Amino acid sequence: MIALADCNAFYVSCEKVFRPDLEGRPVGVLTNNDGCVIARSPELKALGVAMGAPAHMLDPHIKRQCVLFSSNYALYGDMSRRVTAVYHQYTPDVSVYSIDESFLGFDGFPGEGLEDHCQAMRLQVRQETGIPISIGLSTSKTLAKIANHLAKKEAACEGVALLPPESDTTRRVLERLPVTEVWGVARRTGLRLADMGIHTAWQLREADPRQLRRLFSVVMERTVWELRGRDCIELDDTSEPKKQIMTSRSFGRLTGDRQELHEAIRHHASRGAEKLRKQQSLACALVVFVKTNPFRPELPQHHESLLLALPRPTDDSRLIVQAASRGLDRIHRAGVAYQKCGVMLTDLVDRTHEQLDILADQQSDAERERSERLMATLDKLNRELGAGTVKLGGGRENAAWHLRCAYRSPRYTTRWEELPVVKMR
Amino acid sequence: MTIAIDIIGRVDELSTPMLLPLAAGEVRAGFPSPADDYIERDLDLVGHLVQHPSATYYVRAKGDSMTHFGIYDGDLLIVDRALDARPGDILIVAVDGELTCKQLGMAKGCKALISGNAAYAPILLSGCDVTVWGVVTHNVHALRRGVGR
Repeated sequence: MIALADCNAFYVSCEKVFRPDLEGRPVGVLTNNDGCVIARSPELKALGVAMGAPAHMLDPHIKRQCVLFSSNYALYGDMSRRVTAVYHQYTPDVSVYSIDESFLGFDGFPGEGLEDHCQAMRLQVRQETGIPISIGLSTSKTLAKIANHLAKKEAACEGVALLPPESDTTRRVLERLPVTEVWGVARRTGLRLADMGIHTAWQLREADPRQLRRLFSVVMERTVWELRGRDCIELDDTSEPKKQIMTSRSFGRLTGDRQELHEAIRHHASRGAEKLRKQQSLACALVVFVKTNPFRPELPQHHESLLLALPRPTDDSRLIVQAASRGLDRIHRAGVAYQKCGVMLTDLVDRTHEQLDILADQQSDAERERSERLMATLDKLNRELGAGTVKLGGGRENAAWHLRCAYRSPRYTTRWEELPVVKMR
Repeated sequence: MTIAIDIIGRVDELSTPMLLPLAAGEVRAGFPSPADDYIERDLDLVGHLVQHPSATYYVRAKGDSMTHFGIYDGDLLIVDRALDARPGDILIVAVDGELTCKQLGMAKGCKALISGNAAYAPILLSGCDVTVWGVVTHNVHALRRGVGR
């Protein structure tokens, strides 16, 4: 069995932990230059504020009612680590899929009782971190993701939903689910599927996998198998455009070599940046992670991920590689043999949106143009002469940049001088 | 004059060095100190005070309502969210949307939040919107001016 555990409105929930007065109020979190909305409480969603909406274009009437924060990545990263630490008490097999989502493997756990096990985990996360989570359970990642959606939507689930691949419930859920809401099915692909008479997730599940492989790709074929309950999608290269870009890979053998790890991280960061430019997005933050093999418990175990704010929303390989390398230095432990490492670009915003935001423009036009030309050349060389023709080495930090974050909350858990203040009254 | 040399073995270059305790027993002729029999580990204060690291938070006290319990303005409180509140515990609670610190006790025959200062009335828990945020396990109170607190 596989579980997808997902923190509800994660950034906003982190802010609420230390500010109980925010309960029930419309709360939003902005990108790290206060440009766009990247996280919303349900109340803010209800006011019609869209994900990625430029902050300076919000209706003043709405702006007055809601509480907006600059992103506080130190806090979110620490809270994410605390949540993951609880997961690790319930299973050794944890794969971080995004800053607020993890796939948990429950191989070898008895099937019955797993829902209770997950419910206990959900309550423990809530008690120890204050973060509400939802858990979806099934035999494949795609079905677990759909179950998670159900857990979040249906109050009766109490945050945990199980979808056994062969069951009437699963069939009913898949019949009602538009095919474009299935994990990995893009909107454009959805149109082509519709031409073939495939509109719902159930119809996709019943389609001929080999035919879909011919017409689309091997990924589409895998999605069909996943909907039937067979786990066959690897997390290494799964990206959800507009949400996050993950690039990771297992090493052929376990390695503790610092140089080798750095090379891998630079490679993943560069590839991520390339994908970012291809889809016309900018990333606000990234996650670097390393993990050992959980199935070799006799070896020292270490799994850690670090969330880092990028100096500004960017698609510049240099900034991204630099940040990722710095992150690796902080989490890498000498003498530990790692199985896997990766980089995830997250909090993606539309490139065009970001450029409309004149206030955010602290980078000079000349500098931006230069960077764009350089990145375009880099992509072209790698495209035409083969991937990896031009690679980035380590770079220097650009100290001239100052982050604009006028509404950042205190870094409650990582700075002595910013601890939560409790009034004795 | 000759010196006899016995080879007793090779030096092990690969073993990790053993850390010796900073304060070993005093050397006294004739009476070996019992402390010499033990190799001590360094004392880790954080590990000693913090039972559940991923559920532990530090918060800063502000105000005078808990002085009877020895909590003063500016003190550093260690809060464990993994613990369930028991009568007598000092708690961080959210009252009216604000984090505050009280003891879980009784007043007027009813469960209540008690202050450590007579100037503050107890808050009766019946029909009151109170959420327990965490249990305070320790108070770090600095006694010397200018040291970290």
